[in-house]
Amino acid sequence: MLRPILTALAIAAFATPTLAARAFVSNEKSNTVTVIDTETFEVIETVPVGVRPRGIILSPSGHELYICTSDMDHVEVYNPETMEFLHTLPSGPDPELFVLHPSGNPLYIANEDDNIVTVVDVITHEVITEVPVGVEPEGMAVSPDGKYVINTSETTNMAHFINTETYDLDINVLVDNRPRYARFTSDGAKLYVTAEIGGTVNVIDPATGDELDKIEFAVSGVPPEALQPVGMRITKDDRLAFVALGPSNRVAVIDVATDEVIEYLLVGRRVWHMDFTPDEKYLFTTNGNSNDVSVIDVENLKVIKSIPVGELPWGVAIMPK
Amino acid sequence: MIRRAVLIAALMLSPVFAMAKDAIVMKSVVVKVESGPAQPLSRLDLPAANDGFAGAAVGLADNNTTGRFLGQSFEAAEVTATPEGAIEAAEAAVADGAGAIIALASSETLVALADHFANRDVIILNAAARDDSLRNNECRANVLHVAPSRAMLADALAQYMVWKKWDEWMLIHGSHPADQLKADAYRRAARKFGLEIVEERLFEDTGGARRTDSGHVLVQRQIPKFTSRADDHDVVVAADETGVFGDYLAYRTTDPRPVVGDAGLVARTWHPGFEGWGATQIQRRFEKANSRWMTDTDYQAWLAMRVIGEAVSRTKSADPAVLKDFILSEEFEVAGFKGQALSFRPWNNQLRQGVLLADGKLVVTVSPQEEFLHQKTRLDTLGFDEPETECAF
Repeated sequence: MLRPILTALAIAAFATPTLAARAFVSNEKSNTVTVIDTETFEVIETVPVGVRPRGIILSPSGHELYICTSDMDHVEVYNPETMEFLHTLPSGPDPELFVLHPSGNPLYIANEDDNIVTVVDVITHEVITEVPVGVEPEGMAVSPDGKYVINTSETTNMAHFINTETYDLDINVLVDNRPRYARFTSDGAKLYVTAEIGGTVNVIDPATGDELDKIEFAVSGVPPEALQPVGMRITKDDRLAFVALGPSNRVAVIDVATDEVIEYLLVGRRVWHMDFTPDEKYLFTTNGNSNDVSVIDVENLKVIKSIPVGELPWGVAIMPK
Repeated sequence: MIRRAVLIAALMLSPVFAMAKDAIVMKSVVVKVESGPAQPLSRLDLPAANDGFAGAAVGLADNNTTGRFLGQSFEAAEVTATPEGAIEAAEAAVADGAGAIIALASSETLVALADHFANRDVIILNAAARDDSLRNNECRANVLHVAPSRAMLADALAQYMVWKKWDEWMLIHGSHPADQLKADAYRRAARKFGLEIVEERLFEDTGGARRTDSGHVLVQRQIPKFTSRADDHDVVVAADETGVFGDYLAYRTTDPRPVVGDAGLVARTWHPGFEGWGATQIQRRFEKANSRWMTDTDYQAWLAMRVIGEAVSRTKSADPAVLKDFILSEEFEVAGFKGQALSFRPWNNQLRQGVLLADGKLVVTVSPQEEFLHQKTRLDTLGFDEPETECAF
């Protein structure tokens, strides 16, 4: 019992920079955020937040934690150091997923009920504009250069390329059924879009909107309809992509160079979203139906730990301590 | 790299592209055939005048939101007709360019429509009729069934009864043809899933008003008498599509047993309390537009409209023959807030779909139940599977 603590202390004292980080998990049903120490995998605290917290992200500076409290129809902003509530931001109704411009401002929020993406200035707290998109906007991604924000619309089945200067939709790409999430590679060469009902990941050339590839999934003993791609993360070196496969309780590992699935990792039930620790040593997954977070050892592609959190964990964001 | 995308965008805004943008216009007609005033037992179940139309309208708006990005537009006429006037009403819309008919009609009217438009360039989507015959000996090649069959609904219920181990049924059926057909579906489901009907009773519709000022006093005395001295059973199954007695059963039966079927726990395509798989989004969208709950008929009409929209956006065509081929192909799938892709069974043109089992307020479960396996898709454990079908196009 004593040894891990001593190790932790030793690292805290001598290692620069420290590897310790904190994970913030939104628990959709508990109306809380669980804060986890990513070194000890211990829960530090559980903080009550607004009703139905889902999307959760940190500002690039690490000074602000943004939470879509969906049933409050606004975004709540917390100080991640202290978990002190700072203020709210307007979001439009039922905010679920959002993304920050790489500069830290503005915030782009998908509003499912109104077929719009709301753009909010995080400094003035004002709505800059509303961009009409397809039916049931959901997934949000931003290109590494910040020039495009991608929104996926779940019933329209498209990825919309929103020009961040003009707010025009420069490209609209038809993808497979119920696109849930989008993610660029760090070099900006590929855009991945997960299609929950299609059961696929569409790989798109961001320059043209053309489909480069389509990734399909198969796990023996798992009914195909349970393989529902949702959340996604890609390593900074663009080597590996991880795709949460929802009710199949699996995370698929994809070789980004070839777009082939190289491994399926068994995690908790209804795996939804994920985030890396800052050193990318670990990937945390939220498992909605088993009320826990699985920790994946990224180098060895092994699930090494499960951490109980609140009810219906939805999203996770991790920052250096 | 991104700069090239901007160039493409500029091209898209050029006048040439703008002309091409209006190239595809898909016209449909929603034909609602009324067969006399509804007489539900509860005034809460009085249907809205725009039942079905409202769902189709939300589907049309969804299609147009998508169409905006693809240079496609969708139009739909709404027509209310008598059974005798249905063909004439549909013919007028087809003359006006409609390539699809969404039918909210009885089995008989649907077959008449199908035969009238046979070998014409029109697809018919059945968004209401549940008759098993339409999926078997009375099937028609030009009709796509978005509404589930009675067999699918009965199987969905039976699977959950197996899971609950409520395997001895008391079946009470009404005297109208639809009730008799529903009773047949429950008998078939019981056989299929190894359940036993230990007692059967007929509730005769003797006519008269179903809703009266102090009717509850009478019902409170009638139902215990009607349900007394039955063989031991786990559950009461009501076959009462006509709505003559089903809602009278709960809390009034002699033996304290749950009521399922067409009252109590009901197998259905939609429920206004359903929030699974993103359903809240369309519930809110529908309620905002119509200031009322979304019904099963609204959902089926919405889904029929989405089937058309999905086919047009994927094929980039408004040609009914092209659309029908694509809809019946292996490539076709549509999302309908049921947690998996929905597609058509090529052997009888029936849409595969999950079925909700819900009480008055909440969804209890969604069938197929996990335990029922199938070599192709578990959705085919509901209704008539390929080896069973009597349909030959």
